[in-house]
Parts: sequence; C-alpha cells; structure tokens
Amino acid sequence: MKKPGVWLWAAALTVYAFLYLPLAIVVIFSFNDSMLNAEWVGFTWRWYATLIHDGEMLQAAGNSLLIALLSSACATVLGASAGIAMHRYRFRWLPLLVLTPVAMPEILLGVSLLLFFRQVLDLTLGFLSILVAHITFSIGFVAVIVRARLAGMDESLFEAARDLGATPWTTFRRITLPLILPALAAGFLMSFTLSIDDFVITFFVAGVGVSTLPLQIYSMIKVAVTPEVNAVSTLLMALTLTLILVSTRLAPDVLKGRGAV
Amino acid sequence: MITSAMPLLQIRNVTRRFGAFTAVDAVSLDIEAGEFFTLLGPSGCGKTTLLRMIAGFDAPDAGELLLDGRPLAGIPPEARPLHTVFQSYALFPHMSVAGNVAFPLEMAGCAKDEIRRRVAETLALVHLEDKGAQFPHELSGGQKQRVALARGLVNRPRLLLLDEPLGALDAKLRQEMQGELIRLQRDVGVTFVFVTHSQQEALALSHRVAVMKAGRVEQCDVPDRLYTQPANRFVADFIGKINLIEVEVVAASKIQLHLRAEGLGAIAATDPRPLRPGDRGAFALRPELLRVHAHGEAAGLKNHFSGTVRELLYLGDVTHYKIALDCGLVLEALMPNAAPGRAKFHEIGDPVAVSWRHDAGVFLHEPPAR
Ligand SMILES: Nc1ncnc2c1ncn2[C@@H]1O[C@H](COP(=O)(O)OP(=O)(O)OP(=O)(O)O)[C@@H](O)[C@H]1O
Ligand SMILES: [Mg+2]
Repeated sequence: MKKPGVWLWAAALTVYAFLYLPLAIVVIFSFNDSMLNAEWVGFTWRWYATLIHDGEMLQAAGNSLLIALLSSACATVLGASAGIAMHRYRFRWLPLLVLTPVAMPEILLGVSLLLFFRQVLDLTLGFLSILVAHITFSIGFVAVIVRARLAGMDESLFEAARDLGATPWTTFRRITLPLILPALAAGFLMSFTLSIDDFVITFFVAGVGVSTLPLQIYSMIKVAVTPEVNAVSTLLMALTLTLILVSTRLAPDVLKGRGAV
Repeated sequence: MITSAMPLLQIRNVTRRFGAFTAVDAVSLDIEAGEFFTLLGPSGCGKTTLLRMIAGFDAPDAGELLLDGRPLAGIPPEARPLHTVFQSYALFPHMSVAGNVAFPLEMAGCAKDEIRRRVAETLALVHLEDKGAQFPHELSGGQKQRVALARGLVNRPRLLLLDEPLGALDAKLRQEMQGELIRLQRDVGVTFVFVTHSQQEALALSHRVAVMKAGRVEQCDVPDRLYTQPANRFVADFIGKINLIEVEVVAASKIQLHLRAEGLGAIAATDPRPLRPGDRGAFALRPELLRVHAHGEAAGLKNHFSGTVRELLYLGDVTHYKIALDCGLVLEALMPNAAPGRAKFHEIGDPVAVSWRHDAGVFLHEPPAR
C-alpha cells in the first residue's frame, strides 16, 4: 500500500508546480538586478525603490486601496442583510438571485454594468462606477458566507433571547451580530481581495481618468514586462495571500470545500 | 400546591393547524400557580407546538391563552413574564455561564450590583457557583442543563416552560436531574410546565399530568389517578404496563359490575357509573394486581382462571410472568419475590391459575362510534 501514496504525492506536486511556478518566477525576478527577465544576475531592492517613486503607480495603488476598503465595507453590510434575509425567509429564488453575479462570467458582468452606467444612469465613468461595480460582485460572496454561518447555528438561540426579554433589535445586537462576526470579517476580507485583484470588470467601467493597480500593471506590460511590474505583482500577491489566509482562519467552515474562488 | 380562585394559566380551546394537519386540537387546560404540570404524549402529539404558543413564538388559530386572567394574544415573547428551557439548552456560546444567567436580568434593566448578587445566588442554587467564568462549550451536558435552568429561573418568572429538558442526558444523569428538578421547583416556587414523552418521568415529577394524543388531551389528572383510573385505552396503555381484555357488560347494579369476555367467561368488577347491559369496552388490569397461584390452589375464588406459564422474567425484586389462559388469552402478571428461598414460584410450562380482586381492574367504556 506504499506505491499509491508515492504516485499521489507526485501528482499533487505536479499540480502545485503548475499553479505556483509562474508565480514563483515573478517573485524571483522582482529581486533580479537586471532589466531583462532572462537570467539571474544578483539580488536587489532596486525595483521596489523605483515603485515608490512612480507617481502613477502610487496613484493607482491609492485608488485600489480606497475602492477596496469602501466597496468591501458596503458589500459587507448589504451582503450580510441579504444573507440574513436568505436564512430567515427561505424564499427559493432569493439565494439564486444573489448568487448569479458570483457565477456569471466576469466579462458579461462588465459589459452589462457598462451599459447600465452609460445608457441607463448616464453616469460619467470613473471612481464611483468602479466602486459600485465592485460592490455588486462582492455582495454575493458575503451573503453566502453569512448564510452558511447562520445555517450552522441553533435557531433556538434567537428564540431564547426573545424569550428572556430581548426585543428583536436587542437580539440582533447582542446575539446575532456577535455570532456572525467571524463571517462578516471573512466576507469583508474576501470582498477586499476580490476588489484589489479585479481586472476585467474594472477595465470596462473605469473610463479614462481613473486607474487601479491591475489596470496600471496591464498598461505597463503593453510596453514590456519590466522588473517593476514583477515587484508590484509580488506585493499584490503577498497582500492577497495574507487576506485569504486570514479569512479562512476566521470562517473555516465556510470556505472549506467551497472550491477556488 | 397553592390553589387560588384564578388559575395562573388558562388554555381555552386552543387549536393550531399546519395546512390541513391539526397539530393542537381544541386543547383546554387550567394550570394553577405553584404547580408542577406535565404535558405527556408520544412524539408528534403537539406538545412543543402548545408550548411555543404559550411562550409566544407561535399563535393559536383558534381559542385563547390567559395568564392571570389576561389574554396573551398579541404580546410578544419578550413581554411575557415566562421563560423557556429548550431541549438544546440554547446557551449563548459567546457568553460565559455568568453572562448567560445575567442576560434576563440585564434585559429587565436590573442594577449591576443586583445582577451580580442574583447570578451568584442562582448559580449556587444549581450547584455551579464555581463555573461562572467558564463558557458553555467547556461544560458537560448536565452542567449545561443546570445553566439553562438557572438562566430560566434567575428573575423568577411567573411560569417556566421546559421542553424535554432531560431528553439529551444519559439515564443516570437523568435520574439525578429529576430529583434536582423537584427540589428546585419546590424551593423557588415557580410554576413549571414540563414536556416529556417519558411516562415514568411524568409520574415521578408532576403534581398533575395531561396525557396528549394527536393534538388532543386524553386525560388530565394527578399521577396516581392516571395510573389507577385511566380514562381510556390509550392512557391505560401509554402509562405503565397493563392487560387489556375485550369485554361486554352483562349486568350493572349500584357499584357491582358483571362483565363477559369472549372465551374467558364472567368477570366480576366494581364501577359506580350507570352502565347498561350490552355496553362494550376494554377491561384494564395492572400486572401487579394479578395473583399467580399453583395449580389447584385458591380455586373457587371469583375472577379465577387456569392457564400455563409461557414466559418468565426474573427481575430480582419481582418476577414478570406471561401466562397463557386456557381460552388462549395471554395475561401479564408481576409477583413480588419477597418470600425467602422462594425466588421463583413457578417455572415455564407449569400449570397455574391467576386471579384478581373484584376491585382490581377498570372497565374502559367505549360507546360505539356513530
Ligand atoms: N412549523 C410547522 N409546520 C408544519 N408542521 C409542523 C410544524 N411544527 C410542528 N408541526 C407538526 O405538528 C405535529 C406536532 O409537532 P410537535 O413538535 O408539537 O410535536 P411534539 O409532541 O413536541 O413531538 P416530540 O415529542 O417529537 O417533540 C408534528 O406532526 C409536526 O410535524
Ligand atoms: Mg417536541
């Protein structure tokens, strides 16, 4: 019974190599003391220093962080409300309606949001349109996480609170909120990650004036993949990884077995 | 038990339907202040549904509930002066034991000092004085149960509803908690409405028991009346072991009742009710009221029938016999093994006779369905 173990290990290693080798190369070359992504010359922090002095890049990073913070805050509040409603009212179409944007091809969502902002709202594309778009695709994730948390909880907890003298609002404040707090935090971090990393939808709704980190990286590599791009990608990767780790810590029951996002 | 003119809780013709299904069917009960009242019945008979309507989580489709003579309709759960102990305990997992017990006091707006004092007092009452700082997941099942009781009792509600609170405990702990419940109820004087499907628990704990079946109350009485004077076949069968014999009234005069059973013959019984020849029903006889005699012994007594020992279960203090009578009827009998050196009176296959006093059994009159 030893053999299958070895083969399984080999297969798993291959898969992980496929997943992480390209990322590893980006990370390695971000420290390479050469303009070319060809061979290892020597270790340097140079590209990170360049990054700090790149005004456009800093502007884009600032936009990204602000949009991520605002959109995930809004998405957490709205998504939690949707999750609680889905749990409370068990209406068959509600979960489907919230989840559809999650499963929808990003390009479709991008195009339809673009049409909506331009044709229906006649909005000037920019910061606000990006913000709204990010809230839109994040809500579903928060709703699912919050609902899963509620579904795992004993319904009589909330009845017990009412029974012991708490009004519906006090019950929400003293019982429901503390109990779904880990789910809220996980949902917030998840939304933050999605927002920071999003390219496709942002690309459609950004307009001309405003740029985000992924858009900025894209515009740079249209010229050439410079080590500076490697550096900013490495930072983005590190941030994403940290957020994912923290959110899986906060709501292990929710993210387990739900597949890659 | 204090009996005042006004019952604490009046349940009047309460009905609750789920679609076409009637879960609680025109139930009427009066619960007195200070009483340990039990709702007993098999699974699905509507006990929890009735309790939830009293607590205010659900509302009757018809009928009304009165607490201290005032209607409960429209009053939300938090405004009703009663608490529930849930089967799952429903302890708040993010609060300590003391936090859980303090919760109802905080909701009532008590001062900090008073909360601290009463929490300590109530935890002492359930022997958990040193567990206040722990969290529910650190407690055993029995301890959680005690916390749930403390939380329900801490601000002395008018009424405490308990939905199978001992259901999740093992047999030994269950017995321990039964004693504890009786003591608590007596000490704090809070009226208990207790739900169980264990007849043993109901008889052991309660002042009065309402036996329910399919949403209806079959009989509501004190435990020993329920046991000795069951109102019908369901109650007789549900509570304890009992022999049921199909009979017909031959003659009834004053309190003497002459019955006939198919194959068996004449049975002499007592019954003060005005019964008429031809009335049908079941004759119910507790196994411990049957006497088992050796063949030929005590012949000539009334209600004396011969048969054979078919099965026998020696239980130490008593022996449980199954006796096949000559007519084919099988009766169960319970004989104490008190006499020294005579643990077993009879063996399987022994020819024996059974008899019972004329006042041992109960005739369960069943008027024909129209
Ligand atoms: N919300 C509901 N919707 C539909 N049917 C229900 C609902 N609540 C209860 N019932 C039905 O009503 C009947 C009585 O239920 P209830 O929970 O009161 O039984 P119970 O006597 O407490 O049983 P148990 O001893 O198993 O707890 C059951 O047949 C149940 O299926
Ligand atoms: Mg129940």
